[in-house]
Amino acid sequence: MALTGLIMVVFLLAHMYGNLKVFLGADAFDHYAHWLKGEILYPLVPEGWFIWIFRFVMLAAIAGHVYAAAVLSARNVSSRSSKYAHGHNHQQTYAARTMQWGGVILLIGLIFHLLQFTAQLVTTGFASGSEPYHMVIATFSQWWLVLAYAVWVFVVCLHVRHGVWSALTTLGANTSPSARAFLNGLAWVIAVVLFVGFMIMPVAVLFGWVQ
Amino acid sequence: MIINLRVWRQASASAEGKMVSYRVEGVSEDMSFLEMLDLLNEDLTLKGEEPIAFDHDCREGICGMCGVVINGSAHGRASSPVPTTTCQLHMRSFADGATIDVEPWRAGAFPVIKDLVVDRTAFDRIIQAGGFISVNAGAAPEAHSVPAPKIEADRAFDAATCIGCGACVAACPNGSSMLFTSAKITHLAMLPQGQPERYSRVKAMVATQDELGFGGCTNIGECAAVCPKQIPLDTISQLNRDLIKALFRKDGK
Repeated sequence: MALTGLIMVVFLLAHMYGNLKVFLGADAFDHYAHWLKGEILYPLVPEGWFIWIFRFVMLAAIAGHVYAAAVLSARNVSSRSSKYAHGHNHQQTYAARTMQWGGVILLIGLIFHLLQFTAQLVTTGFASGSEPYHMVIATFSQWWLVLAYAVWVFVVCLHVRHGVWSALTTLGANTSPSARAFLNGLAWVIAVVLFVGFMIMPVAVLFGWVQ
Repeated sequence: MIINLRVWRQASASAEGKMVSYRVEGVSEDMSFLEMLDLLNEDLTLKGEEPIAFDHDCREGICGMCGVVINGSAHGRASSPVPTTTCQLHMRSFADGATIDVEPWRAGAFPVIKDLVVDRTAFDRIIQAGGFISVNAGAAPEAHSVPAPKIEADRAFDAATCIGCGACVAACPNGSSMLFTSAKITHLAMLPQGQPERYSRVKAMVATQDELGFGGCTNIGECAAVCPKQIPLDTISQLNRDLIKALFRKDGK
């Protein structure tokens, strides 16, 4: 759970950084997108292999994460089958409480995201086979898609907020009360950076700052 | 003071339970929560009703026997930010005329025996799996013959204050016993005497708590927030570090 989660957090940070390329113009963005699917790591691996190795690793991480979550949830539900008549939380955060259902919502959003931008089976204002830059502009020029995207990214960041802290603690990094404060702070920083980083582009497109 | 109670009544392990309301009059603010329950039980006994069963022993906050969930908080703490045991909670912490909900620990591994009493044998099973050191008993050795570094010794003693009351499990939304187990692991892992069995211990104790039906830890932190001995959450990371190390060691197999 912790390892697969952290792999995906590192991916999110790289993905967010890549998205910001949109501000360098259509040529730079499309070139970057094609480079990811072609020349990257060439000649270490044959051209076009990296993306498939990468997709395999991500798929394995997602599968491992979902499997671990299912096993963990099943155990936790059965070990707390009877509920308190009077509930009260001292410590529990909203992010911690919503890890399971937040994770499910996140996964549904991810499937849509891949159908939309990778497989291009669900198109939102662009023709299938469009260049990446055009897809981004066509999609995020529509306010409701920006809103839906913002909600989804928020759910992702909420998951990351508890996930980063929890993963590092599971791996043994919580060595003292000050380490606990640091890890929680780190989780907050990563979540906020991801939210802001992912939302800059759609908002810029919506307001016509990028065309 | 007058206190309105809603108490979980359950005749036996197999019986259905429910919340029952009681009105307790003549409560002194200097009474502990358990003494207030004693007062109610005297009244119930005189009326010929079954008194409320609850666990208790030393009533000094050091034995780990007592513990009920009061208004949703394990052990209850009323308005105080400091966690304590139920026996050390006093009625002055509550308002006159207050309505208080009293429930047993609720966790799959802690079945209710009667009313507010739960079976915590599962904790004994975890200890039996490795919460000890295997040395031949004999005369105590000279104290300076085994040096223990101050920082580690302090951590060991802090972790050893765990009284095994089970509040961590009761408070955990997953019903996990990680804080309890990690307190025992940290206690023994920080001392020279605990080293020979350090890695086999952590694997055995974690495997046992999983077998017993405790939930998994998701680092929410409710456990440490209610622990009357304030066992810190970082003991859980200590357990995890030892468990990861055990994967790469022969004695951890």
